Amino acid sequence: MAEMKKPRPKHLALHEIRLPVAGYASILHRVSGAGLFLMLPLLIWLFQISLDSTQQGSALFAAVTGNILVKLVLLGLLWAFLHHFCMGIRILLIDIHVGVEKQQAHASAVAVLAVSLTLTLIFGLKLLGAY
Amino acid sequence: MNRNVVGAHYGLMDWLAQRITGIVMAVFTLIVFAAMLGGAMSSREAWQAFMANGLIRFLSFLFILSLCYHAWVGVRDIWMDYVKPASVRVILHVLTLLALVGYAGWAVQIIWRL
Repeated sequence: MAEMKKPRPKHLALHEIRLPVAGYASILHRVSGAGLFLMLPLLIWLFQISLDSTQQGSALFAAVTGNILVKLVLLGLLWAFLHHFCMGIRILLIDIHVGVEKQQAHASAVAVLAVSLTLTLIFGLKLLGAY
Repeated sequence: MNRNVVGAHYGLMDWLAQRITGIVMAVFTLIVFAAMLGGAMSSREAWQAFMANGLIRFLSFLFILSLCYHAWVGVRDIWMDYVKPASVRVILHVLTLLALVGYAGWAVQIIWRL
């Protein structure tokens, strides 16, 4: 019963919580999903004006997507989508018992973070007009 | 049995639905990505022609429905994890559901009037 006397690690303060990489990948799955949900009206509206074949629609789409603030929001949403996508594939693989072992699960979590950030960089530079 | 009116539905359905809708969206994403590499986003005209294609319209309709159902399960899980009072939770659930149904209708009429 000696263990019972040990102060339990009650790290309920967010800044004190230390998670394994898979834990961060997991909470970011939730954060990215919530962000995408909250920004759905913007995304649907952009989709709408991207398909508006009138001159006005074309000008509006160009003006909105040319705005730097909109670009930054879209950059964030791009990351959110890519992270959610990659993490979703990881979840589906674990569902069919691929990569369940601790080491593999750690590696796949690192891969999710790395791949989604790399793709965000590649598409993001395009979004920002770097190429 | 003490069951909460805005608790989980204690079943497999949501888990399965989240997987199926996720797969539908992932497949459609890859199709759009492939089309993008093929030039579907090279101009507004190309993009509009791509989205007006019958098969793509069918698939984008499935994407919209999948997205809204997927978001419903996901956002509801967030409310269930962080919002304890049943009264507040049920209001958030209803608002989420109403928003998503509205978004689905809005997005569907965008693709169907092309």
